[in-house]
Amino acid sequence: MATTNLGPVLSAFERRPESLIPLLQSVQESLGYLPPDVLGTVARHARVPRSRVYGVASFYSQFRFNPVGRHRVAVCRGTACHVGGARFILEQLERTLEILEGQTTEDMEYSLETVACIGCCGLAPCISVNDEVSAKLTPMKVRKQFKKARK
Amino acid sequence: MSQKIEVSIDGSTVMVDASATVLEAALEHDLFIPHLCHHPDLEPAGVCRLCLVEVDGCLVTACNTPVTGGAEIRTDTEAVKETRLGAVELLLVNHHHGTVDCEEGDACELNRIARFVGVDETRLDRYRPPDRSLPVDTSNPFFAFDPSICVLCGICVRTCDEIVGVAAIDFVQRGFDTTIGSAPGQQWIDSDCVSCGECVARCPTGALSFTGFETPEREVTTTCTYCGCGCGIHLGVAGDRLVSARGQRENPSNEGRLCVKGRFGFTFVNSPDRLTTPLIRRNGTLEEATWDEALDLVAEKFSASRGDAFAAIASAKLTNEENYLIQKFSRAVMGTNNVDHCARLCHSPSVAGLVQSFGSGAMTSSSKDIGDARCIFAIGTNTTAAHPIIGLQVMRSIRAGGKLIVVNPREIELARYADLYIQNRAGSDVALLMGMMRVIVDEGLHDPEFIEARCENFEAFRDSLGQYDEATVEEKTGVPFAQIAEAARMYAQNSPAAILYAMGITQHTHGTDNVLATSNLALLTGNVGLPSGGLNPLRGQSNVQGACDMGALPNVYPGYQNVAIPEVKAKFEQAWGVELDDVPGLTHLEILRGVTAGPIRAIYLVGENPALSEADATHAREAMEKVDFLVVQDIFLTESAEYADVVLPAASFAEKDGTFTNTERRVQRVRKAIPPVGDSRDDAWITCAIARRMGEEGFDFESAEEVMEEIASLTPSYGGITHDRIEQVGLQWPCPEASHPGTRYLHAETFPRPGGRGRFFPLKYRPPDEEPDAEYPLVLTTERSLYHYHTATMTRRVPGLETLRSEELVEIHPRDAVALAIASGDRVRVTSRRGEVEAHALVTEVSPPGTICMTFHFHEAPTNVLTNAAYDPVAKIPETKVCAVRVERA
Repeated sequence: MATTNLGPVLSAFERRPESLIPLLQSVQESLGYLPPDVLGTVARHARVPRSRVYGVASFYSQFRFNPVGRHRVAVCRGTACHVGGARFILEQLERTLEILEGQTTEDMEYSLETVACIGCCGLAPCISVNDEVSAKLTPMKVRKQFKKARK
Repeated sequence: MSQKIEVSIDGSTVMVDASATVLEAALEHDLFIPHLCHHPDLEPAGVCRLCLVEVDGCLVTACNTPVTGGAEIRTDTEAVKETRLGAVELLLVNHHHGTVDCEEGDACELNRIARFVGVDETRLDRYRPPDRSLPVDTSNPFFAFDPSICVLCGICVRTCDEIVGVAAIDFVQRGFDTTIGSAPGQQWIDSDCVSCGECVARCPTGALSFTGFETPEREVTTTCTYCGCGCGIHLGVAGDRLVSARGQRENPSNEGRLCVKGRFGFTFVNSPDRLTTPLIRRNGTLEEATWDEALDLVAEKFSASRGDAFAAIASAKLTNEENYLIQKFSRAVMGTNNVDHCARLCHSPSVAGLVQSFGSGAMTSSSKDIGDARCIFAIGTNTTAAHPIIGLQVMRSIRAGGKLIVVNPREIELARYADLYIQNRAGSDVALLMGMMRVIVDEGLHDPEFIEARCENFEAFRDSLGQYDEATVEEKTGVPFAQIAEAARMYAQNSPAAILYAMGITQHTHGTDNVLATSNLALLTGNVGLPSGGLNPLRGQSNVQGACDMGALPNVYPGYQNVAIPEVKAKFEQAWGVELDDVPGLTHLEILRGVTAGPIRAIYLVGENPALSEADATHAREAMEKVDFLVVQDIFLTESAEYADVVLPAASFAEKDGTFTNTERRVQRVRKAIPPVGDSRDDAWITCAIARRMGEEGFDFESAEEVMEEIASLTPSYGGITHDRIEQVGLQWPCPEASHPGTRYLHAETFPRPGGRGRFFPLKYRPPDEEPDAEYPLVLTTERSLYHYHTATMTRRVPGLETLRSEELVEIHPRDAVALAIASGDRVRVTSRRGEVEAHALVTEVSPPGTICMTFHFHEAPTNVLTNAAYDPVAKIPETKVCAVRVERA
């Protein structure tokens, strides 16, 4: 199903191996992520083996193999947040949302990821939900914020 | 020879190849440098960092550093030792979580290296071991992958890419998580892997291991029993069972490489289904009997059917010696030329066509030389599936920058690698090839000197090109003419160019014309008589070349000596001491038809299964049912054996001595690895026993070697071949005398035709016998699976192969599938004018619109019930590649 509307995306790129990365970026932009069956389509178009598409796509953190939820929760793991206990914030989010880092909830509401730094070190530890930042978090606050939303 | 230069290694001055790497130079002089990611078959990678040496004071990796004249190489300095030790330790931490006692023992190269460099296990505690434990991937039936043993040397990745060309696996993920994989969440089995096991055979750590591997007690070197590639294998034996197979590196046909069937397909030999005792039909059922009873009955019935009431169908799976004996038995004992075999159904147009144009109906090149071609034109051959080891040569040529043109109605695996892929309408090859030749002549890309010096009948041929104008060619082939013109230029301008073809060319009512069209193309561009240029019919079975060479054909004695020529007849009459018939006998199809509408009353069917393999198979079954006396000699109770009056249990290829002749004309040894199973006997013994019981002389051979002596004395092209001479490496015929080295490529100077010239043939396009119409709107074309062989009597008794492909699939294009409301996995009924078959559908773009594809491997869905038995007027091959069908949901 996802493959059927890829025609225009693919046709913007030359059918050669050098097109692979821009092609993947363009496909992800169009679909939000890289579904497994799309990798084969991309491989055929760029004339590279399927395994190489996955090898390349999984090497770069910008590529995702799972769909993202409506709310993209990003846990900051910058120095200040790390010192402030980002690890516990992440663990709490994993427990509350019942997903692991890199995954999306079944109802497609939440995705969980980590980022190197949001740039609000004064508010550490913090997370961003879509582009909104929640500051000075504790595991308890995280639990409250998301438990309510999950109901 | 490459130039030698002087270098110093650890103080001693040595001469080494100027093109060598430091590692190769050291290894050549028996100096061990630890190395893990290096493999002589692969390009240097330099990733494991174990082969560190000092060259002129600098630390470098030896495997990818070329030697330079006067270089001072040191392998034992403190810097080398210390740095290397660290590298070994780091790898060990990722291997079995850092234990030195790898259970693989000496088979684990890293283990050996750890001992060589003297790793102190307590030092490994300094490192933090990886905290991940990934599951072992056991999804492939033949091997497993354990990521916690893998140190990411990449030999498997490079083998799959550089040698196999499939690139099913790659490094995936990043950093600590890096592993070997194919796609997100996919197991090995879901990848593009072709299960050849080449990566497993090269894995230095045991991360990839053969499932259920049993160490053999001894090994016997022989020739693979499957396709015509004729790979050398070492069969491993434990007790009386075959337990392993590995490629023979010294064999020029495969250089140690094997495909999935060759490496894993031998276990059918151990199958409990093997026939172990003769069977005689009593009161309608086959009952066990003694050899005496069976042979007496056969001798009695055959004695009463001498002359043209008898026919023998020999086998391309038997040895040369056995085929020789069967045709000798038919001719000398039974007094008839009614002897044929399944080459009739596969490459009879190659024999018939190439004898007319080149004078000899065999592959002109050697398999290995195909890899050096600058252009490969693969038409009507699914090389990677049906001839996997020759497929590797195609990959080698591509890697070296050679062009690949693929012409096939199915978008086969090779199409992925092609510079140009042409999807033509099934059965339109003459129009396509002649269209190409018209472009070549019009644009002056032909080779006038070669044509003038070595060919004849060019003018008549050139005149016949007039009818192949753009519009006609496009209409017949369904291909834009621009593509055909591009193919013509690519083929003509990249020399040497090799043509490969198989059943897609031959299995047509115009199969001989197709073959002549390919030979025209090769002659036109002077691509004959070169090592890597040429015309190469890829023969399907292990000894189909040999069975033809041995005269298991109704019109020729061994060595293609015509039965109708009085001098030839006289020669064989004298040698065999009997009177012989000079009228050519019946062909395969005619033999079975001769039961209902002809003289045939007794059939001696050896190692063949017409119930599944014959076009219009229902008719073949009726013939076998009706014939007065049917003897089936086989290793399993095949679908055809069910019709037999007597079943004689034969020994498999691993249980006898003899020779096979592979597709590149190489005569190679088949050796007995284990004794015949149960009370089975080798086919030579059985044929001789029947003849002797009929009171005949000339069948008292002590060994296969003695039979070969008789063959050599009567067959000019085998004149110089003895078992002794091919003990180590096989010889390629023609090999007329004991001092002849064999022939690597044919037609170097002249063609073996009267006058010595290659002949052009004007050709007229003829459509297939049956074309789609309103009632039967689709074309059915037949194909092969990589995982099965012929009617699959052997491969379906190999559990792993059965896992990889267990049923017939009707391949249908999405456009046709939508129109018929069919989805993948739906049960469909395929109906032709001759019958109907049910199987599951596979909706795929591999199959072109309007055409469906099926194999003929599965008895549950016998495809040949559907196919058309209309045949080529010259070669008498039925048109199994094209028939009209209707598809509906079942």
